[in-house]
Amino acid sequence: MNNKENVQHESNSVPLQGYSGLTINATNVDYYYSDFHALKNINLEVEQNKVVAFIGPSGCGKSTFLRIMNRMNDLIDGTRLTGSVLIEGEDIYSPNVRVDELRKKVGMVFQKPNPFPKSIFENVAYGLRVNGIKDNTFIEERVVESIKSAALWDEVKDKMKKSAFALSGGQQQRLCIARALAISPKVLLMDEPASALDPISTSKIEELIYELKKDYTIVIVTHNMQQASRVSDKTAYFYLGELIEFDETIKIFTNPTNISTQNYITGRFG
Amino acid sequence: MKKEKNKETNTNSNSPHITPPLAGGARSSSSSKRWSQAIAFTIFKLMSYSVVAILILILGFIITKGIGAISWDFLTKAPEEGMTKGGIYPAIIGTLYLVLGSSLFSFPIGIMSGIYMNEYATGNKIATFIRIMTNNLSGVPSVVFGLFGMALFVNTMGFGDSILAGSLTLGLLSLPLVIRTTEESLKAIDFSYREGSLALGATKLQTIQKVVLPMAFPNIITGLILSIGRVSGETAPILFTVAAYFLPKLPTSIFDQVMALPYHLYVISTSGTDIEASRGIAYGTALVLIFIVLLVNILATLLRNYFSNKVKTN
Repeated sequence: MNNKENVQHESNSVPLQGYSGLTINATNVDYYYSDFHALKNINLEVEQNKVVAFIGPSGCGKSTFLRIMNRMNDLIDGTRLTGSVLIEGEDIYSPNVRVDELRKKVGMVFQKPNPFPKSIFENVAYGLRVNGIKDNTFIEERVVESIKSAALWDEVKDKMKKSAFALSGGQQQRLCIARALAISPKVLLMDEPASALDPISTSKIEELIYELKKDYTIVIVTHNMQQASRVSDKTAYFYLGELIEFDETIKIFTNPTNISTQNYITGRFG
Repeated sequence: MKKEKNKETNTNSNSPHITPPLAGGARSSSSSKRWSQAIAFTIFKLMSYSVVAILILILGFIITKGIGAISWDFLTKAPEEGMTKGGIYPAIIGTLYLVLGSSLFSFPIGIMSGIYMNEYATGNKIATFIRIMTNNLSGVPSVVFGLFGMALFVNTMGFGDSILAGSLTLGLLSLPLVIRTTEESLKAIDFSYREGSLALGATKLQTIQKVVLPMAFPNIITGLILSIGRVSGETAPILFTVAAYFLPKLPTSIFDQVMALPYHLYVISTSGTDIEASRGIAYGTALVLIFIVLLVNILATLLRNYFSNKVKTN
């Protein structure tokens, strides 16, 4: 008990603790891959502690927009953005923003589970270590806490030193979520996080998203309409680089304004 | 016609043994297919076995001819009586020094170039240019390296015939191999691992150090060790830069000449004092040389297996 309090105190001294999501504002965003105009005049606001789902056919720009929010697309040569993307009022594309600092605030979970070839423990500790945290008691506490938040603790508590590769795909994906949570991001970006998983793992991830919403702002890209309707508060429908419709999920799925949105969600094309 | 086809599908789905509709008519053509398969398979198999046979033949030849010369004295004593008797100890040590020296030169430069080309300069024109140059460098005949080494290191830079000059020349020779190995090993690491690391706020350098390099390490080390095998057997690059015809004492500094196994083999087979009398020693030397290279290759395999098991759990 005493020990726990101690850790709590320490964790407060590190600027990681203290959950609550951040708002995201995109204004007049245009995005180019060299000559290809991938996103056209996107205006979108994601509210704090809400889950927003991006839907749309492949190549519509939804993943591109997701990867703009933690500047993951910087890794691709010849990309260019105009307009502004603000996270809690701060322009993340301003020249004095440090990309690694931004990515600490805006965590990401990828389509394919990509744990490092390290132990389960070291996978989750990685983000803390690369961000300069050396206090081992804090790291240990934080790792356990994150794995618990990712609903994985019961399955891995006895094999923390084992390779993460020994886990199943669904467990690996939850480990990747734990890994992202460990550095206490404010926003969690998820790029089709369940598309490579079986139905049971998928429902676990979805339950998890529901839980995590209390502490994080979540943006999820998905091809699964049911998933979008189950997990999200708001849904954005992209088509050919344009944001066609963005509204409450219940509205999008019951009474969409745009005919294109309706066709897509009813499976008439896409 | 259409009706009949339907009927056939129906019976198929009802019967417990589902026969594909093609099976009846296609039997004759499938048997000729099976023959051509079998013939191709046999030819491929024979060809690959013949490679093994050639290696066994060479090894067998060298071992039977050379084993008689091997003794403790042979491995630990200097050549005597015009290199017709005695051992090859200075040549073994010389070769080890040259391998070490060239590795000290080529590994850091090669690995860092490889990292630069795969991690930093991806897709840009400079990297492509470096890659073309590297490929050309690996195509340069080794005797040309020897000549170049003599001109640059021995004469212009004034190192003389020395371990330093020889190591640098051998280093140049193995550089393309080291660069390519590093680059290929890094390329084999899926990009998603880099993304995973960067998404956690790691810098590019941290990502390379903590994720990419450890994963690529088993393959890199294999390449490095294979380049050692290559270097230890080269004759031409050391011909004009370091190798001594006969030098029964060990070097005391990097500016000394040394004997080396491949050159010693060449010397006593072509221009020794008594070629016939040194024949046994020549085969003995060849055996030692082959044994070293083989040992190095086995070591490479063991290390790769060891590290690729280790890297998963660490």
